[in-house]
Amino acid sequence: MNIVITQRDLEKIDFCLNKMVSSSLAQSVLLIDRSGQLIAHHGNAPAIDMSSLSALTAANFGATAEIAKILGEEEFTLLFHKGRSENVYFSAIGEHVILVTLFDDRTSLGVIRLQINKIIDELSKILSTIFEKKKVPII
Amino acid sequence: MPFINFSKDEIQCKIVYYGAGFCGKTTNLQYIFSTTMEDIKGKMVSIDTKGDRTLFFDFLSLNLGKIRGFDIRVQLYTVPGQVHYDATRKLVLKGVDGVVFVGDSLKVQRKKNIESLINLAKNLAEKGISIRTIPLVIQYNKRDLDGTDSEILPIDVLEKDLNSMLKVPTIPASALKGMGVFETLREITKLVVKDVSRKIMLLDKQAK
Repeated sequence: MNIVITQRDLEKIDFCLNKMVSSSLAQSVLLIDRSGQLIAHHGNAPAIDMSSLSALTAANFGATAEIAKILGEEEFTLLFHKGRSENVYFSAIGEHVILVTLFDDRTSLGVIRLQINKIIDELSKILSTIFEKKKVPII
Repeated sequence: MPFINFSKDEIQCKIVYYGAGFCGKTTNLQYIFSTTMEDIKGKMVSIDTKGDRTLFFDFLSLNLGKIRGFDIRVQLYTVPGQVHYDATRKLVLKGVDGVVFVGDSLKVQRKKNIESLINLAKNLAEKGISIRTIPLVIQYNKRDLDGTDSEILPIDVLEKDLNSMLKVPTIPASALKGMGVFETLREITKLVVKDVSRKIMLLDKQAK
């Protein structure tokens, strides 16, 4: 099973992430896959180790999915961690991808959630075409 | 699942170090982390317990330069070795492209090595991957204990136990001293990149 992202796909994803950052005042938005690979990133967070953040996000989602199963849920589709000034919001998009939004006190959770809801459908459409392509049997 | 980004000419691969508890998976990553140059490595992330046992995984990202014009980025993970952490091992194996099985040369660990290898085959099979086809390298760790009071298994016994069916490349090593650590990494990366190249060529053919 492979994922191939073409320049065109990436431009579409970038456009969405850019829109998300500018409309919500988030610091950074990352799109990662469930195995912990970074697909795309937009925003201004130069000091952050993106690879580690992606790996830990995937693990975090995996772990909470197990908690969900214990409670009789399939999984939790969004997670929110609040810090003193930095916050992170994780939302599942379909079964393969997670959107990670980093934000501080310049914006609010409500605005972040509103803007995520606005772009999530658009992103889902782009991603579903990418993940459909991978179904080509190549092994 | 190798992640091929044509716009950045980058291939990201996931390599998992697997093996029984205390066999030296984390030590392998620690040695790699401590001896590679700053500009090619990311931070090493470890989620472990107070007793230094891996609870979830260790993670290290490395940039290995270019192959056929593509930047090769490998992400190294370890799994917790203890038997009861099977759910965590399954999570870490998600999207794996290559596996290093770290075999413990200590005689007392003989049974645990075999159990862990069977567990790997089972967990891969659950993801629809065969242990016979995935890029796999076996490392016989703790060879530095040869000649000390600790009783270790000869290589041919380890071969018979772990590699008689698989016939994959094996490397004697001492993760603590660094012997064989980079040879193992080089070998598994070579196998993974070969596997990815084969897939890219097939994709190209299909596109035509």
